[in-house]
Amino acid sequence: MKRLAVVAALVALSACAEAPMRATGDLGLVVERADGALQLVETSHNTRLSRVSGLGDLSHASVVYSRDERYAFVFGRDGGLSKVDMLSGRVVGRVMQSGNSIGGAISQDGRLVAVANYTPGGVRVFDTDTLEMVADIPALGADGQTSKVVGLEDAPGNRFVFSLYDSGEIWLADLKDPKKPAIRKFTGIGKQPYDALVTEDGRYYMAGLFGEDGIAMVDLWNPEAGVRRILDHYGKGQQPLPVYKMPHLEGWAASGTQAFLPAIGRHEVLVVDTTTWREVGRIAVAGQPVFAMLRPDGRQMWVNFALPDNGKVQVIDVPSLSVVKTIEPGPGVLHMEFTPRGERVWLSSRDADHVTVWDTETLEQVAELPASKPSGIFFTARAHRIGL
Amino acid sequence: MKAAVIPGLFLVGATALGAASVSAAPIPAPARQEQLRALVTQDCGSCHGMTRKGGLGSPLLAENLAGIGDEALVATILDGRPGTPMPPWRALLSEDDALWIVHHLKGEMP
Ligand code: HEC
Repeated sequence: MKRLAVVAALVALSACAEAPMRATGDLGLVVERADGALQLVETSHNTRLSRVSGLGDLSHASVVYSRDERYAFVFGRDGGLSKVDMLSGRVVGRVMQSGNSIGGAISQDGRLVAVANYTPGGVRVFDTDTLEMVADIPALGADGQTSKVVGLEDAPGNRFVFSLYDSGEIWLADLKDPKKPAIRKFTGIGKQPYDALVTEDGRYYMAGLFGEDGIAMVDLWNPEAGVRRILDHYGKGQQPLPVYKMPHLEGWAASGTQAFLPAIGRHEVLVVDTTTWREVGRIAVAGQPVFAMLRPDGRQMWVNFALPDNGKVQVIDVPSLSVVKTIEPGPGVLHMEFTPRGERVWLSSRDADHVTVWDTETLEQVAELPASKPSGIFFTARAHRIGL
Repeated sequence: MKAAVIPGLFLVGATALGAASVSAAPIPAPARQEQLRALVTQDCGSCHGMTRKGGLGSPLLAENLAGIGDEALVATILDGRPGTPMPPWRALLSEDDALWIVHHLKGEMP
């Protein structure tokens, strides 16, 4: 009997062993937006492992990871929410949860994934195991109209925070009891919040406003205090340039007491003092920044740009606040992602149909991988970061 | 050598004729049309959706635009909609480009 059991176990093992065992900590996904596909990549040797297809419209797609870094949850533009197994490279679950969505977030405990929708505007929350819907939160604004939802982020305490674009509100949804979300609404926060972020420590939620200057900020340690307006000059100001692409706030990170923000409609990155939340400087750059992302150690920042400067990327040295290198990794640079400890950065060049990998010390290219119209790049290390 | 050159010449002549017979208004050259098609999918697509079903920007499907005049749409594209994220594209697009895009969005141009 014992023998038989051992043999059975061996057979089972060898069946699993068709693919060599591996972990997921150095894996990632590159969105190939035109084909509705994902490339499964690996950052230890800069290689492509496989391709996952059948994910629908992936323009503006984003990805979050389960806490064990085994599964990716992919939010597609067409409202599709897909669950991808990073080990098998297969889609293991998929729901069409709305007509038109913009992104999502995973809860602190990893059990809930929330999706922000444009039409019908609202947030839907799903069980990460089954992809069954557990909560539906329509975004009916104080003006009585349904609003598009943007800037959906996770926050400590199994909360989700998001903004209502049309009615200018921030909602803080507590999902400790997922069946009964407790929602605190902040109204009149300013015109047209278009994107938002949660600081790395999970303390502040900040929404950028398109319709007026400034940023609406909620202190999540003390939501009773309400919304505070900071950076009153942040915005288009006088005589702005046309904004061909909305800047993203995602890359915001603080280096010491300095944080960096892409200016709207200006060829500048703004330097913000996080003790006073005031602007303390501006760095002139090659175009209108889209992402201004800090290397994980905070020593360096990489910036990409909107049309017509979207073929360039600039590297800024943080201590001196100066541009140290301008590179051209191929036209149509859409996204950047650092490896977990920042020794490499991956850049997607949509119009060159490739992804390039750069050494952040020498600022030289070390690899190039073909990809079909690549956009977002997402590494599994995001699993353990608040607000990603 | 001669035989190889002649078919090439014919081809050039044929394209020029073809273009002239489509419309009297100057339409962007084929290479430019290629760029504009990519711009509409990729760059307009970042707000309006790659399939034009809408996003932050309104849907731009043929059925959504059918009731709106070409000139009004050209004006929206070139001058934007102040107070909304729709930017003016005049610095990157000519009137002819914008008109071609309108026809393209309405399904009148491939
Ligand atoms: C940064 C975001 C953004 C980009 C990029 C953008 N648009 Fe728009 N567009 C909008 C928004 C928002 C509206 C809706 C404005 C309103 O509320 O009136 C709009 C409206 C329009 C309309 C009017 C539709 C109607 O029903 O009246 C047209 C036409 C249009 N856009 C064409 C384009 C084209 C062509 C491009 C690319 C060359 C483009 N847009 C790029 C945001 C954008």
